[in-house]
Amino acid sequence: MTENILLNTVDEKLKAKFGDAIISSEQSYDFPVFVIKREKIFDVVKFLKEDSELAFEFLTTLCGLHYPDNKGQELGVMYQLHNLPKNWRIRLKIFFPINDPEVPTLTSLFSSANWQERQEYDFYGIIFKGHPDLKRILNMDEMNYHPMRKEYALEDGTRTDKDDSMFGR
Amino acid sequence: MSEVITKPNIVSAPDGHQQPGFFATSLEKAVGLARKNSIWPLPFATSCCGIEFMALMASHYDLGRFGSERLSFSPRQADLLMVMGTIAKKMGPIVRQVYEQMAEPKWVLSMGACASSGGIFDTYSVLQGIDKIIPVDVYVPGCPPRPEQVIDGIMLIQDMVGKEHFRRRQSPEYKDLMTKYGMENQEK
Amino acid sequence: MKFEADQILKEAGKQFSTLNLGPTHPATHGIFQNVLKMDGEIIVDAEPTVGYIHRAFEKIAERRPFYQVTPLTDRLNYCSSPINNMGWHMTVEKLIKCEIPKRAQYLRVIIMELARITDHLVCNSVIGVDSGAMTGFLYVFQLREHVYEIYEEICGARLTTNIGRIGGMERDFNETAWKKLNLFVEELPKKLEEFEKLLVRNRIFMDRTIGVGKISAERALNYGFTGPNLRATGVDYDVRVMNPYSSYEDFKFIIPVGKSGDVYDRFMVRQQEMWESFSIIKQAIKNMPDGPFHAEVPEFYLPPKEEVYNNMEALIYHFKIVMGESEVPKGEVYHCVEGGNGELGFYLISDGGRCAYRLHFRRPCFIYYQAYPEIIKGAMLSDAILTLSAMNVIAGELDA
Repeated sequence: MTENILLNTVDEKLKAKFGDAIISSEQSYDFPVFVIKREKIFDVVKFLKEDSELAFEFLTTLCGLHYPDNKGQELGVMYQLHNLPKNWRIRLKIFFPINDPEVPTLTSLFSSANWQERQEYDFYGIIFKGHPDLKRILNMDEMNYHPMRKEYALEDGTRTDKDDSMFGR
Repeated sequence: MSEVITKPNIVSAPDGHQQPGFFATSLEKAVGLARKNSIWPLPFATSCCGIEFMALMASHYDLGRFGSERLSFSPRQADLLMVMGTIAKKMGPIVRQVYEQMAEPKWVLSMGACASSGGIFDTYSVLQGIDKIIPVDVYVPGCPPRPEQVIDGIMLIQDMVGKEHFRRRQSPEYKDLMTKYGMENQEK
Repeated sequence: MKFEADQILKEAGKQFSTLNLGPTHPATHGIFQNVLKMDGEIIVDAEPTVGYIHRAFEKIAERRPFYQVTPLTDRLNYCSSPINNMGWHMTVEKLIKCEIPKRAQYLRVIIMELARITDHLVCNSVIGVDSGAMTGFLYVFQLREHVYEIYEEICGARLTTNIGRIGGMERDFNETAWKKLNLFVEELPKKLEEFEKLLVRNRIFMDRTIGVGKISAERALNYGFTGPNLRATGVDYDVRVMNPYSSYEDFKFIIPVGKSGDVYDRFMVRQQEMWESFSIIKQAIKNMPDGPFHAEVPEFYLPPKEEVYNNMEALIYHFKIVMGESEVPKGEVYHCVEGGNGELGFYLISDGGRCAYRLHFRRPCFIYYQAYPEIIKGAMLSDAILTLSAMNVIAGELDA
């Protein structure tokens, strides 16, 4: 299967260069997924981008994750890279504790990471070290919490006109 | 189409007394007639309802035949503020500022479920209805409302405009309404 | 953000004026703000602000069962909502590993290509309007009305369609839908040529758009551009060809590319894409296979009402689906479709419950709008307006 070939190719190269910074690697549906140590993520992505065979030069997307049950590894970031000429796609993930949410920024490698990291800062409070302009992007600047975290409700708690007793909430 | 329309449908004159050479009616009715057939809307289009508004302005539904051919994007020159689409809390102050910049007499039409009551977005970031920040005259529900529904809303506005009493904007009820929204010191 | 202009200011002894473009502006189709530093008519720097229509889709999706997320996806790129709907359905079908019958796939292709045509029609006519040519807009919206009528026959709604279901389509196209589709296929070439004659070789339009809003292919790829904006710079990346979904591999179509990534190239790429979509629709109608219009996934596909009232199994499945007792596999999946603006991706993490654990939309508009300040630096204000409309920034997709 082509997917497992890609998984093995990238896995070998990464383990050869970074050793135990690669925590795990597996195939999820049609994507190889690698869990990396947070401190090494910039070097790993730089290597993946600049390696002549792998050449993952397109950052498709990045998004934040929150698993409140994984103590010590609550927050995470997922990156998806794409090698356009060969049509290879991989996914990288990093996890880190909620009281130390610092992650190196990828803005110097990919300009598209700029706003996407601001969006994840806005939603989860993940602080991207080295980001040129880390401030809220979608929510109001005055907001003092990070809404996408699981402990916060979807609805606005300050509404007075809704009668929840009628809806069994 | 087999029949040919020979006589266009024009607006009928208000009640009044007509004799050769003159037509007597009340000033309110005459001004109301003029105002209601030449409403200049300010399309405050934010999202999907904005596309339905574009369909409304296009030739199939043609809002221009109601006198609203000239859209005014400048609040000073507009009569009707049509708020179309979701208003987020970040956008709220801007809606209010645009409303305050409009000169009297002004009316507000809230088009779509999101502008009327927050719509399907019962979230922390969406204003649950623009009537929380500005007074609204007509609500057009729908997600998005069909252009025919919006035309119905505009005809309701036309009705309101035509029948508006001259002294309404100086009346105590109107002043109370403005105070409720915190806009009592509006110099007009 | 510190304006670099402030540095130039100190050195040159000049004074720059600040112009606030938006959020409510007739030419920004959608609400986003740009604070521009201007040296007369030339833009020296720009600072965009977005989020004026942030509706927290990703958070809402964590509270809604899968079939209730479809109306949310409608409102992403609302000019071509069927494409978003289909993308979402395909993501969930990937998660539950469901095979869709050929007929349903071809029906989906027809609807998606119709949506693509309408999206490009809006964008191109709006480029015309912003450069002063209002007529194209009026002609083109008449065509859009006809597509709306086709949508109405299929799903009942005009704009925010909520079309299709997880597992296929909710109903087959009926007689009227086929009739309207065939009528549309007949009249589209004439109307599109008429629109082209107005603008494509129009001296004024060409002067206003050639060389305006250029971006190079390397910068575009670094910024994560996809879709017509990237193809206008010369890179032929189209998700329909690279990662084919829903039987796109059965259709023959070319990917138009531009050269310099300016406004004229984007206009022409979209124009040509409309012709390609038209040819795909004709091929799909000609080769339409027979068969069911939905897969047999009773756990996710609501059974028709007649069966629910007569058949015990259908009743049970109906109950299970609505109450959320269907078994959803755990896992994470990413699926992307070629939206009107580029690669629209859905990243879904499921934890086995009825709602998604995490749903992330890869929104093309959000990603390529970041490049806007870089593109307009040094351009004149009217060029900046035209660049914005040619980039086809849809506020719903920008803020989600």
